[in-house]
Amino acid sequence: MKVELRGIHKYFGVNHANDDITLTIPSGTIQGILGENGAGKSTLMKILSGFIHADSGEVLLDGKPVVIESPAVAIHDGIGMLHQDPLDFPPMRVIDNFMLGQKGGLFPNRTRAARDLRRLQKEFDFDIDPENYVDSLTVGERQQLEIMRLLYLGARVFILDEPTTGISAAQKDKLFETLKKFRKQAITVIFVSHKLEDVEKLCDQVAVLRQGKLVGAMDKPFDQKKLVEMMFGKEVPLGTKQTACQDRTVLNLDRVSIEGMRLKIKDIDFHICEGEVVGLAGMEGSGQDLFLRACAGLIRTVGGVVKVNDRDLTGKSYHTYKKHGVEFLPAARLEQALAPGLTLAEHFILAEKQTGVFINHERGRRLAEERIKTFNIKGAPVSPVESLSGGNQQRTLLSLLRHPLSLVLVEHPTRGLDIESVVYIWGKLKERCKQGAAIVFMSSDLDEILQYSDRVLVFYNGRISHPFDANKTNVQQLGELIGGKGWNE
Amino acid sequence: METALILTGLGSVFFASAPIVFAVIGETIAERAGVINLSINGMILLSAMGGFVVSFQTGSLFAGFLTGALIGALVAFIVAFSSITLKQSQVAVGFVLALTCRDLAYFLGNDYMGKGGPRLPAWDLPVLSDIPIVGPIFFHQDLITYISFLMIFLSWLWIFRTRPGLMLQGIGERPASAYVRGANVNLMRYAYTVLGGAIAGLAGPAYSLSVKAGWNGTISGLDGFGWIALAITIFGGWNPLRGAFGAYLFGLLQWLGLVLQPSLPNVPSQVLQVAPFPLMILTLFLVNIGSTEWVERTLAAMPESSRRFFTRALRALRASPPASLGVPFERE
Repeated sequence: MKVELRGIHKYFGVNHANDDITLTIPSGTIQGILGENGAGKSTLMKILSGFIHADSGEVLLDGKPVVIESPAVAIHDGIGMLHQDPLDFPPMRVIDNFMLGQKGGLFPNRTRAARDLRRLQKEFDFDIDPENYVDSLTVGERQQLEIMRLLYLGARVFILDEPTTGISAAQKDKLFETLKKFRKQAITVIFVSHKLEDVEKLCDQVAVLRQGKLVGAMDKPFDQKKLVEMMFGKEVPLGTKQTACQDRTVLNLDRVSIEGMRLKIKDIDFHICEGEVVGLAGMEGSGQDLFLRACAGLIRTVGGVVKVNDRDLTGKSYHTYKKHGVEFLPAARLEQALAPGLTLAEHFILAEKQTGVFINHERGRRLAEERIKTFNIKGAPVSPVESLSGGNQQRTLLSLLRHPLSLVLVEHPTRGLDIESVVYIWGKLKERCKQGAAIVFMSSDLDEILQYSDRVLVFYNGRISHPFDANKTNVQQLGELIGGKGWNE
Repeated sequence: METALILTGLGSVFFASAPIVFAVIGETIAERAGVINLSINGMILLSAMGGFVVSFQTGSLFAGFLTGALIGALVAFIVAFSSITLKQSQVAVGFVLALTCRDLAYFLGNDYMGKGGPRLPAWDLPVLSDIPIVGPIFFHQDLITYISFLMIFLSWLWIFRTRPGLMLQGIGERPASAYVRGANVNLMRYAYTVLGGAIAGLAGPAYSLSVKAGWNGTISGLDGFGWIALAITIFGGWNPLRGAFGAYLFGLLQWLGLVLQPSLPNVPSQVLQVAPFPLMILTLFLVNIGSTEWVERTLAAMPESSRRFFTRALRALRASPPASLGVPFERE
């Protein structure tokens, strides 16, 4: 089925998520859509699959304009979407998942459904027990189930959102094999990814999105260097920085393994010294968040030894880590780090050592005024934290950090902040380094990583690169690693 | 003679448990759709009172049961409206309704306290009631008890064997997935909450027109049934069969309390009366222990072999609630 997008615009508030996107995908093509997190890929796909509606623009299927009211209408028109986290029902059986949503009489014919499922499995060489529960399947198998289900419902266009995240190499090969079979049946595939390697292996043509705009398109064979440039932008010259690691080790990981919901990271060896800054690069969900949380004691490691200031803290709780001078600043500032509904003054009182039963409001007010001044927070002691801007919330968080600290773990330190706040916040963080704290931060902004860190680790699908010297690496090298190039199997 | 007595006793367990069975099935259906109807304790009192009064005034038992179902549906509609349309907390609204309905029942039913009224006659099912053992237990009942049996089977069939039932499981489990598959999630949630309310509403008249005919205000002995039904819904893992089993287990424990009292003179009678409640709590604890964080932490620290054993055992016991229970659904 031929898919045409014409002049698609979509705003979320002031954010122009899709800016005049026009794209034609011939029938039976595998179209890659590349872009960083937040480039507008998901928005575009959600429009095509009926989840959200475009503010303007139109969609044509085989030359006919269609109005895609809802996902149910989309599948009726032949567009099926395979979500990154498959939209199935984990506690239910495979066969029930397969049948759910199919049209028919009051009593579904399980035997026939099982037979149809088996026939499809044979066709694509899948092997899933229809009576098994979905929550015991791997993500790859759940994808296979969804593909068969959508095919059974008559999908002629498949949208796949980051399908290779969290599945094994064998499953990936099988997925690609399946998608290549679709070509012959004139089924169109839209493959959304940030993994260069996957796109190169699979796609016939590629479109790159950046900041809501379609910045380029390319047919096979792909010029990798140019793709990276289109995705991440031009290289920026870097400032100077101190050389890394002179003396005391603050954090030491020895063969540590972490298990998350989807990812496993095995055998991490890592150390960081006083005053050092390490940046974690990689696409969202590649394991950086797990890594930071494990370093903060928020999730339990499954093997190896974690040492903070030479003390073995393996398996200890977050509070123990805190006692040893570890602080964690999450990306969800308002949800996980601050208490919405409480004022600035109340936050400072809470962070202080408690004395007596009653709240000393006067002291809280004085404390708040003092911190507001030193940290340049735009707000009053009585302002509720949720009324502050993102930048001021981050400043508040920094002002809540205790003295002295050994290790600060930060998720997206400057995400969503204006330039002034970015400079200010890094100034404050660097000040902490001079006082002897080590900083580990993750960011999706490569420039930020290169500019502020001494060493860089790249995360890709639960794997961690060796540390790069930030002075000796560049956007090109990191970008390729982030996109999955250059990892030995 | 002794056997006959036991059989009659067991029969009375099924008879006396009918109200709880209705309440559990009604709640199971609503919660399967993702809506917690916490109001049922008060609602059942109100429907018991209403059903009795209407039946007393009109002389029609049918009108009495219909009233009960309508009251249940109406209260459930309020829960649905405030939680689905107004996006208010289901827990808060349900709780307040539980208290309001209870007091309303006592207040409105004041004039009818202790009055003798109609009662559903016993009806031995022909042929079936002559089967030895099974007959006296199951088929010497009245119509509403038979309906409760039928309801268990029908609701199970609907949820687990029909196409709409499959979608019902879906909207409670993951409304976003159900929506993608064409379900009008909020409309279905309305429908099932009201339907569940109507079924649970039958619990009132099943009590006041059958189990213990009449309206006796605060000493009716009905207050608390709704809360226990909520617990049994959880124990039943949102499955009508398992839920009915829980309801009958509770009924049996109560009956045993009465029967055992003479033979255990050393045990204060209150202990046996109250025992079913802590026993239900213990069961709930066992069912859900596997999902608590401290257990997970403890298990993680165990050696691999014993960890696997305990994890499996707990998993088999555990009934996981519909994942979106109490969570409002909004499409993007």
